[in-house]
Amino acid sequence: MAGFINRYAVWIGLGVWLLLAVMTLLGPYLIPHDPLAVDMGKRLQTADATHWLGTDHFGRDVLARLVAGAKITLGLTLVAISAALLIGVPLGLLSGYVGGVVDAAVMRVVDALVAFPDFIIAISIAGILGPDVTHVVIAIVLVKWIGYARVVRGTVMTEKGKAYVLAARVAGTPGVKTIFRHLLPQALPEVLVLAALDMGKIILMISALSYLGLGAQPPMPEWGAMLNDAKMMFQTHPVLMIYPGVAIFLVVLGCNLLGDGLRDRLDARGEW
Amino acid sequence: MLGLIGSRLLQMIVVGLFLTFATFVLMKLAPGDPVKTILNIDDVAVTQAEQEAVRQSLGLDQPLVVQYTEWFWRVVRLDLGESYITHRPVADLIESKLGATMTVTLGGLTVMLLIAVPLGILSAVYQNRWVDQLSRLFSLIGVSLPSFWLGLVLIYWFAYQWRLLPSMGNGGLMHLILPSVTLGIAMAGVYTRLLRSGLIKSLAEPYVRAARARGLGEVRVIIVHALREGVLPVVTMFGMSLGSLLGGSVVVEMLFAWPGLGKMVVDAIIQRDYPVIQGYVLCTGMLVVLINLGVDLTVRMLDPRLRWRS
Repeated sequence: MAGFINRYAVWIGLGVWLLLAVMTLLGPYLIPHDPLAVDMGKRLQTADATHWLGTDHFGRDVLARLVAGAKITLGLTLVAISAALLIGVPLGLLSGYVGGVVDAAVMRVVDALVAFPDFIIAISIAGILGPDVTHVVIAIVLVKWIGYARVVRGTVMTEKGKAYVLAARVAGTPGVKTIFRHLLPQALPEVLVLAALDMGKIILMISALSYLGLGAQPPMPEWGAMLNDAKMMFQTHPVLMIYPGVAIFLVVLGCNLLGDGLRDRLDARGEW
Repeated sequence: MLGLIGSRLLQMIVVGLFLTFATFVLMKLAPGDPVKTILNIDDVAVTQAEQEAVRQSLGLDQPLVVQYTEWFWRVVRLDLGESYITHRPVADLIESKLGATMTVTLGGLTVMLLIAVPLGILSAVYQNRWVDQLSRLFSLIGVSLPSFWLGLVLIYWFAYQWRLLPSMGNGGLMHLILPSVTLGIAMAGVYTRLLRSGLIKSLAEPYVRAARARGLGEVRVIIVHALREGVLPVVTMFGMSLGSLLGGSVVVEMLFAWPGLGKMVVDAIIQRDYPVIQGYVLCTGMLVVLINLGVDLTVRMLDPRLRWRS
């Protein structure tokens, strides 16, 4: 079992993301229910032929909400991770390649931010700007770019002293080209592993904050927010809290498998 | 050693200044007028003059730099202002909640250690055997489980279906079990893996071979000799993940209606009680910095190579 998982980790992880993408793209055509349509006459129905997973306390189709939630999770995570990469990678390249004052400036900001726990920063931002899922994404980007800046900077600093980079410089290669053709590819494996693992963490963070009522607000069918709804009826309808929980778990598991598998294959470092 | 403490203290002061300034500026950027927030509680119509009076009494008509300097000196004297809602001093509020958060955090740590230490040792000693494979699977599931969902599931079975344990509030050891387990399982996965890789590395060291050659029993070799080095990355990681522990305690406190700092800040955010939020951020930030200093010193005590170096 575990051997199987090790061998196919990357594929299982990619499979989960593919499934998520398919659900996002085709879901609305396959499920004939509006995830936001309230129907008080059909409250808390059990699963049947029309509502495959039943309905919630507002009579909304649970499957339609789960699929809509997939889209939200996929979208927000991709936005957050792309923004973190777009800030962290160039800063790391610059900081490592140029060194000196630029490096010192970037690293001081990194040091100051590292002292603060992710979740505390996210909570502070939600606290200051008010509970909203956009604010959660802002907070995540603010925290997550640091990892990429550090990893890329570290690689660039060890690589730039090596003979091939020197050779490129002697041959008159412009600095920008050296950075993108020679140094960036060296940092890529670790960046990829970190990104895959971070996506799992981002999904957990968004859903946890939404569960606390600080992220996605009702009626948005975000999985954490759905769990917050389900909590009120967990004694009478425990099944409502199973679906979103399992959905979050599977997607995060996919991210972690992808990160783990990539690390083994690319021989990169990185822990959960 | 003294030099290290000195440089870390200096770093702490810099981080502390940054922390206070950042929280102060962010609070200023916060939408909504605190004067109106205060006056709106009674839900009575307020005149412009009344608003100005409150504004002046809070010093909000002064320039920003003056406000920051005054606020900073108050913070140094542990005067964090008072809650907009309950009008209690924030410092008192934090002090009264700190114990509960510490309790649940320590509970979580205990559960984590109870799982991670045996599992980490077993999977390092029986590397790639079934115990190791199983522990890897467990770790993978542990890091992928949303802790708030795990907590809900535990409440459903242990508190509601089987009625074995209480699920709400703080009232002794029985109340501590479910929150601690929720928090501990979430962390155990990472630490098991970390301890395993640390131990595998140190088991291959010459001094472990030397200990074996001296005829020491395998248990003694592992526990006394290898574990001492293998535990180092775990201690370092502990300092780094303290933040996520405090973050995790927010979720757990909300889940189990645990009267600690986490529940306090979430309630404050929903009620827009800015002084309380500010106090929380300051307090946890300084706590993390302080504990990291402690971790740094601990690692140096455990690792003789570092002790003699500087």
